[in-house]
Amino acid sequence: MTVNIEVKNLNFYYSGGVHALKNINLSIRKNAVTALIGPSGCGKTTLLRCFNRMHDLYPGNKYEGEIIFDEENILSDDVDLIDLRSRIGMVFQKPTPFPMSIFDNVAYGLKLRGVRKKADLSERVEHSLRQAALWDEVKDKLFQSAYALSGGQQQRLVIARALAVEPEALLFDEPTSALDPISTAKIEELVEQLKKSVTIIIVTHNMQQAARVSDETGFLMLGEMIEVGSTDTIFTAPKEKLTEDYVTGRFG
Amino acid sequence: MTRRTWRKFESSLALSLCAFAAFIGLFWLVFILGDVLIQGIGALNLSLFTQDPVPPGMDGGGLRNAFVGQFLITVVATLIGVPLGVLGGTFIAEYARGKVIARVISDLSDIMVSVPSIVVGTFIYAIVVLPIGHFNGWAGAIALAVIMIPVVLRTTESMLTLVPWTLREAAFALGAPYYKVIVQVVYRGAAAGIFTGVLLSIARVAGETAPLLFTSFSNNFFSTDMNQPISSLTVTIFQYAMGPYDDWHRQAWAASLIITLVILLVTVIGRAIIKVRYQK
Repeated sequence: MTVNIEVKNLNFYYSGGVHALKNINLSIRKNAVTALIGPSGCGKTTLLRCFNRMHDLYPGNKYEGEIIFDEENILSDDVDLIDLRSRIGMVFQKPTPFPMSIFDNVAYGLKLRGVRKKADLSERVEHSLRQAALWDEVKDKLFQSAYALSGGQQQRLVIARALAVEPEALLFDEPTSALDPISTAKIEELVEQLKKSVTIIIVTHNMQQAARVSDETGFLMLGEMIEVGSTDTIFTAPKEKLTEDYVTGRFG
Repeated sequence: MTRRTWRKFESSLALSLCAFAAFIGLFWLVFILGDVLIQGIGALNLSLFTQDPVPPGMDGGGLRNAFVGQFLITVVATLIGVPLGVLGGTFIAEYARGKVIARVISDLSDIMVSVPSIVVGTFIYAIVVLPIGHFNGWAGAIALAVIMIPVVLRTTESMLTLVPWTLREAAFALGAPYYKVIVQVVYRGAAAGIFTGVLLSIARVAGETAPLLFTSFSNNFFSTDMNQPISSLTVTIFQYAMGPYDDWHRQAWAASLIITLVILLVTVIGRAIIKVRYQK
């Protein structure tokens, strides 16, 4: 088992002083899917947004501890956030296509990184759209607005956009909670496929989804990591009483 | 009288009062527009656009100088007012979001929008015209720009605020710096709204007379020199309508019609953009 990202004694405080993450320790396996589950407000999205330093957008938020990614503490002040965010991509709860064409959406991250040649862009855009299983549906309308796509297609477009810059890890923040069951199935299938090339961390409210797509599961409650383990163990033979109560639906 | 008939009576009373009020409002609107239309059309002719004024009492002549002057003043005002308004709106909606300074600027802009335009005219008279020593076109353009800025600023602010925050986060998550997020993603999302705001602000200042009276004043001769007094349609309408000559009155009506039509056109385009862009 290769560890890709190692979270060590992570504490996180929001600007108002709320202690949102308490002493989190977690190992994220390379090329596997790690699911973060827990009741609303438990800190799973907060934890996810530490991996690409999304909290830095808002003044006053404070990290303590370390997240080691490729032998480097990504929480240190001298980390290049632009570089970090191209290595760890993110997909949000609601699809977030930009107000531009399908092609330009996927090419956006590439252009940010200085890829200018039309041929290179076209090739990478096609590759990413194929990876996101969207190519066949959009290849004839690449230059139409991304807003013309359905919600499920938009979500796959956003995944293609994140894949275009060839990230090493992808963060999914409840990626299917705004989608219908068929689109959800497609995204889950995609997550299965993608883990061959990228490390995936997924936050989900849906326990069946966690059980279906993930290899490892972390259960959080009130900002604490109650239990981490293989998904099988967490769902069939958890060590903690709290975990068992949660996964069997006794609260949540 | 039963309760039922009483309720019906109340209902029809309220309805008639509302309809009456609406009718009063509409009556004057139609009356004014209709009057401008009828009087204006009768006075329209080609020489209005191609000739400059002739001395009163002589036949013919036109308002070419006023059309050109009005156009110059409005264009320069737009070039000054729009960038400042858009950048200011961007500052308060993005960089100063949630800070006290944003609220202060925003509220002051709201006050500015309702300041009588003659106050702006006298203000520019004091800080631009007096130091220079004479009326000039730049001062007129600056006065109109000052009126435009708060309008554009507030529209920009509200249009940018309408762009969902998650869209910005998505761009940040791809590693974009803030200025690129704003220019490449947020502006694109708000472009139609901001453009509409710009059009409406142009329509707003194109009909202003008071701020020009104290700044660009008027000029009976053709001039494109913004350093000198320059003619404008609105001030010319004011002077001609006050004057004693029938010819002047006719030309004032024609100029009123043209300016009304232009403002109407710009407003209609602006509204059409809003409709297409935001009601789908």
